[in-house]
Amino acid sequence: MKKKKRILTILYHTGMILGSFVMIYPLLWLLGSSLKTNAEYYASPYSLIPQSWAFSNYAQGWKGVGRLTFTAFFKNSFLISICSTIGIVVSSTLAAFGFARIKFRTRKFWFVLMILTMCLPSQVLMIPQYSLYNKLGWVGTYLPIIVPCFTGSAFYVFMLMQFMKNIPREMDEAAIVDGCNRPALFYRIILPLIKPAMATVAVLAFMGSWSDFMGALLYLNKPAMYPVSYAIKLFGDENGTNYGPMFAMSFCSLIPVLVLFFVFQKSLVEGISTTGVKG
Amino acid sequence: MEKEQIKRSLEPNRTGIHKREWKNMLAGYAFISPVIIGLLVFTAIPFFYSLFLAFTDFDGLNTPQWTGVRNFVTMFTDDDKFWISLKVTFRFAIIQIPLKLGFALLVAVLLSKAVGGIGAYRIAFYIPSVLGGSVAIAMTWKILWGKEGAINSILGVFGLESVNWLKNPSTALYVLILLGVWQFGSSMLIFLAGIKEIPQTYYEAAIMDGAGAWKRFTKITLPMLSSCIFFNLVNGIIGSLQAFNSAYLITEGGPMNSTLYYGLNLYTQAFSYRKFGYASAMAWFMLVIIAFLTALVFRSSSGWVYYQDDQD
Repeated sequence: MKKKKRILTILYHTGMILGSFVMIYPLLWLLGSSLKTNAEYYASPYSLIPQSWAFSNYAQGWKGVGRLTFTAFFKNSFLISICSTIGIVVSSTLAAFGFARIKFRTRKFWFVLMILTMCLPSQVLMIPQYSLYNKLGWVGTYLPIIVPCFTGSAFYVFMLMQFMKNIPREMDEAAIVDGCNRPALFYRIILPLIKPAMATVAVLAFMGSWSDFMGALLYLNKPAMYPVSYAIKLFGDENGTNYGPMFAMSFCSLIPVLVLFFVFQKSLVEGISTTGVKG
Repeated sequence: MEKEQIKRSLEPNRTGIHKREWKNMLAGYAFISPVIIGLLVFTAIPFFYSLFLAFTDFDGLNTPQWTGVRNFVTMFTDDDKFWISLKVTFRFAIIQIPLKLGFALLVAVLLSKAVGGIGAYRIAFYIPSVLGGSVAIAMTWKILWGKEGAINSILGVFGLESVNWLKNPSTALYVLILLGVWQFGSSMLIFLAGIKEIPQTYYEAAIMDGAGAWKRFTKITLPMLSSCIFFNLVNGIIGSLQAFNSAYLITEGGPMNSTLYYGLNLYTQAFSYRKFGYASAMAWFMLVIIAFLTALVFRSSSGWVYYQDDQD
């Protein structure tokens, strides 16, 4: 009996390790290939460990396209992502408090409307939004990408509400009896308690905004303004079959997301889990 | 003194609405105002404008010309690409969703059984979800499955002939489906959290009654996870019918339109051919399909989705 259990355990871990390896193989392959010379890549494309350690790929890739280096693209990405994240966190937290902690007429109506927009295909809004931004003269600037973030995002509002549910309501009532008004209640009581959840939302929002290229594809027309995500596409198209620098820059573009993921791994997993279970 | 104040504020004023209620309303609207502005300016107005555009001829510059239902007639009777893209998208969704949910469920169940080392496995299975949507991974996927890519070189090691996966109309779509399935991590996390909520006593009782592992899975785990399955299913339908990125970045719809997603077709109509009216009509048709499918799933849900406690 004991022996059978041990065999099962070994079998389990062998299977899981194999599965894990298949899952992360493409990522390891990207990293490994970014350090191979072109000749080495073509000799054995599948191998993960480079022989030549061609760091020159990174230097060459960083020079970018035309006169635009990846320094510029990274600057653009950080600018867009930081502004978008601030917008999403501030507006979503305010709205989550309004929906979760204040009982007022028409609250349900707005809440349902907001949730419904999550199911609305983005293609329906894409064209009229483009015309709207075009009329406003925003096309060719970062405004169409950043400004809508300041009106909250249904998904994050919902996520923050789930976290606020765990704060006992008695705290609100006690604070109000003590003469605290709503803004003070929000600022002094709820905000300090909800900070970890806000950090989770900030990380998720930043990652989302960092990877997004749709905004750039639709609204930006000068390569000098491109974020890294869209620059990679441009770079890949220009570089053809000289894969090394392309792999190198692709990996660089993933570093901010990877760092955030490993630092906040635990709370991210928690955040994703809460949205589904009690939904 | 304070009690007096509260009591007074609870009394109805002349209009019949509590003064406190007005105060709540003001505070509530103040806090949700960003969302309301967003809903009106960036959603509601574009939403109705898009409905209007669906019945017009519009190039994005001149004023839209009303053409009635002509866009829809053209779409259904005179546009092969429309039907091709619809078929491609349905094939994509029908294959991808069950595979993705199946893997997510399988791995979640396996992970829930683990004693040690679960953290490392969880990271390995979840990380493709975190990175997978990026352009960098799409470009990597393109080379990975390319003629000179790692997949073909692995096949070569086993003495198999290489396949031009992305240039062959019968395989290209599957490469893109695989990229989606590979990102089953977030669905898996939702399942994993759902499994943790199932009381252990259920399983203990089932073991006492002599129920085997498969029976415990189908009679306890599956029904208790039905709300998670439902959530993931709705998400999957909405997501895969709108798919755009992988086809745009990896295959550009080719070869021979075999990966021409509906979303990509729509984008091309709008931003390459400048047929904003026609593309809006396409968008509305997609909205109708998504609404119909979601309603179908919701309708059927009372039959198979089980909610443990409704008072929550």
